[in-house]
Amino acid sequence: MDMAGTTIFKQHLIDPEICIRCNTCEATCPVGAITHDTRNYVVDADKCEFCMACVPPCPTGSIDNWRTMLRVKAYAVDDQLTWDELPAELTPEQLAADGAAVETGGAVQTMDGALAATAQGETTFITASWGATLPPWSAAHAYTNLYGPKANDKCIHATVAGNVRVTELGRDYDTHHLVLDFGAMPFPVLEGQSIGIIPPGSDALGRAHFARQYSIASPRNGERPGYNNVSLTIKRVLEDHQGQPVRGVASNYLCDLQVGDTVQVIGPFGASFLMPNHPRSNIVMICTGTGSAPMRAMTEWRRRLRASGKFEGGKLMLFFGARTKEELPYFGPLQSLPKDFIDINLAFSRTAGQPKRYVQDLMRERAADLAPLLADGQTCFYVCGLKAMEEGVLLALCDVALQAGLAWEAVAGALKTQGRLHLETY
Amino acid sequence: MSSINYSEKIPNNVDLGNDRTLQRALEQWQPNFINWWGDVGPTGSTDYDVYLRTAVSVDPQGWAQFDYVKMRDYRWGIFLNPGDAERRIHFGDHLGEKAWSDVPGEHRANLRRIIVTQGDTEPASVEQQRQLGLTAPSMYDLRNLFQINVEEGRHLWAMVYLLHRHFGRDGREEAEALLERRSGDENNPRILGAFNEATPDWLSFFMFTYFTDRDGKFQLCALAESAFDPLARTTKFMLTEEAHHMFVGESGIGRVIQRTCAAMNELKTDDAATLRAAGVIDLATIQRYLNFHYSVTIDLFGADQSSNAAIFYSSGLKGRFEEGRRTDDHLLKGQTYTVLEVANGQLAEREVPMLNALNEVLRDDFIRDSVAGVGRWNKVIEKAGLAARLTVPHKAFHRNIGTLAGVKVSPDGRVVSDAEWQANVGHWLPTRDDRAFVASLMGRVVEPGRFANWIAPPVMGINRQPVDFEYVRFG
Repeated sequence: MDMAGTTIFKQHLIDPEICIRCNTCEATCPVGAITHDTRNYVVDADKCEFCMACVPPCPTGSIDNWRTMLRVKAYAVDDQLTWDELPAELTPEQLAADGAAVETGGAVQTMDGALAATAQGETTFITASWGATLPPWSAAHAYTNLYGPKANDKCIHATVAGNVRVTELGRDYDTHHLVLDFGAMPFPVLEGQSIGIIPPGSDALGRAHFARQYSIASPRNGERPGYNNVSLTIKRVLEDHQGQPVRGVASNYLCDLQVGDTVQVIGPFGASFLMPNHPRSNIVMICTGTGSAPMRAMTEWRRRLRASGKFEGGKLMLFFGARTKEELPYFGPLQSLPKDFIDINLAFSRTAGQPKRYVQDLMRERAADLAPLLADGQTCFYVCGLKAMEEGVLLALCDVALQAGLAWEAVAGALKTQGRLHLETY
Repeated sequence: MSSINYSEKIPNNVDLGNDRTLQRALEQWQPNFINWWGDVGPTGSTDYDVYLRTAVSVDPQGWAQFDYVKMRDYRWGIFLNPGDAERRIHFGDHLGEKAWSDVPGEHRANLRRIIVTQGDTEPASVEQQRQLGLTAPSMYDLRNLFQINVEEGRHLWAMVYLLHRHFGRDGREEAEALLERRSGDENNPRILGAFNEATPDWLSFFMFTYFTDRDGKFQLCALAESAFDPLARTTKFMLTEEAHHMFVGESGIGRVIQRTCAAMNELKTDDAATLRAAGVIDLATIQRYLNFHYSVTIDLFGADQSSNAAIFYSSGLKGRFEEGRRTDDHLLKGQTYTVLEVANGQLAEREVPMLNALNEVLRDDFIRDSVAGVGRWNKVIEKAGLAARLTVPHKAFHRNIGTLAGVKVSPDGRVVSDAEWQANVGHWLPTRDDRAFVASLMGRVVEPGRFANWIAPPVMGINRQPVDFEYVRFG
């Protein structure tokens, strides 16, 4: 996303000597980055988002070529159309002569980085190898990157339609439920996707703030059914991961917004952390804090389907952790969901006079009910919250499987390849 | 049979698990398909574990899953490209109306005929190619042949799905008949002529996949525009697989040429006999094979003037190649197109109503696409520093369908006398000697990483595997 001229990146190119002009890549590319004339098929560096959708369908392997380039000197489409063969890789000296920053360590945006970001829904942590990179088979099609640096429209303006606190008053760590309305502008989303918010103003060095990403907390047909709006769950950040006092730029901006304010938004992002849509599919949700946002979205969608009477949902099981009841977002509304609709398990780690309980403890307690779900190919698992929870949750799942006599490797392999275990931690 | 897990055994995105009618039809048909595969599928391949690509869903990751598979256990799936509920018909008399999710009664017979004709080519090519595995020039090529075979099988499934799902009892009978006709069978042949010719050697196979599978590509592209939405979505997905078949052809011929050029440079000769003695295929022979396959293939587009083509277009059954990208009125009434005919002993152009000439339109699109690939073969020769070039023959050369059927035309487009034809046909089309020579080169080379002398190795393997990867494990 770097706009500075000295950034180098891996430019995606097609080898004209190997390409057979079958058009598969152009037909596959979700963002229209691939084009052709009578001579060559080429990739537009300004449009390519490194999603790699074009790579597996290419019959020749010609699609899988990369050149390290200065972003401002990327090979233009018109140049590529004249090629008979790929240009040689530039030497470090040539790159330097073109003006590449000598200290590239911090500024290099590599394909690998972009890949990791895409595969993980653009969160910064590369999860353990357990998580799936594909959505479950019955997921709906997700639109991604409709607005952003590489889209036709760099951002979309949303109007704040609501901003309410969803944790109890009187605490620093308030969490807000923010509703953003897109009016007449297209912004189709699915449960599990996220959006980026660009805070106004600039940082201490005078650069524009980069976008912060938030999971959508509302279902596909709107926070209010039939309206073009989404909701977010925002926790006011007042200290960093090490406990040092820091006022989070975006979270404080968002928590303080008034109804009627406008916000710059990019996205949507994410094409794998998506819910199954087939009848009788089960969903197990494991989250902490604002990681509850996608769980709220999926639960609410299933609740609306159930209310319609036209959809036979499977089991919903929720493991939800927070420090205290007061800090648990949506505590009140959760209590009013019918027991035969969702099986709710809450874990509080800082309740006075009580032992610390984490989501993984609850999962072990509920092993008898989790095991059949783990063994059932109709079940999808979603984990969202702080990075620290991930290992504990996976170990708990592993224990549940082993206790039930299931082969964990086989179960986990199926969960991953079938897009049924999704991890999103930060 | 009721305990079949349909989504596992038959990967699909057509909700097969909940469609009892379709299940019943397939339960009848599937064992017959497996028997057909056993009878006339790739010879002697039963116990091989082949590194194959299987489609398990239509998204970019799901449709290219590579693993070792026994071919009879290949999971032939049923896939439609994702649909658009709002899709509109974008050409013909129904322009602007909602696309059909079911077959309108008045187009039932024509649609069935289109689907059956397309479907018939798929098993036919498997039958034509069944002996080639015995003479593969490498393990890599053997794998590619098998990949094509199983995917032609899947394309048959795709057409059978449409017949079963949308054409009731007639459809089920047509689906059975697709397994009963046989390529080259005198009593019950395949529908189209080119699919009754044997594919005797690998040079023919590569030419076939380059030219004839490209005809498939253009037919599928035209059907992918269809107002009958299930047909459009099915053929769109088939095109993703068809690309691999044309790749095998284009890169196969490219590698043959590369090997020949290397020998020409080593031996510093372009003498056919010397090159043949060195065990490579001389460029003149390659040119004659090209002439043959090109001319036979362009016949497949049908008569240059056809009222059926006009009906298929106007009623929305079959569009033009890239219909959606064209900027005309998509009705074509009153427009004209140039076709060739023979007048006064010479080829002459004539303007005819475009609607009647749509076969010719598609043929010309195909020709443009083919010529580009021949240009890339010439790049291989150019890179080797040699002056020779390959060309496609004139459109009127060696034609057996339409106005030009039987007219004697030279590859450079002159109408010639019978005598001149007879005197030169041996320079223009493969002779019995040519075919015998090419056949003499066909020995089986299947150690990983080894290649027959007459063909160069590919620049890269399949699915980023090395060229010497064990693509086939012999049981």
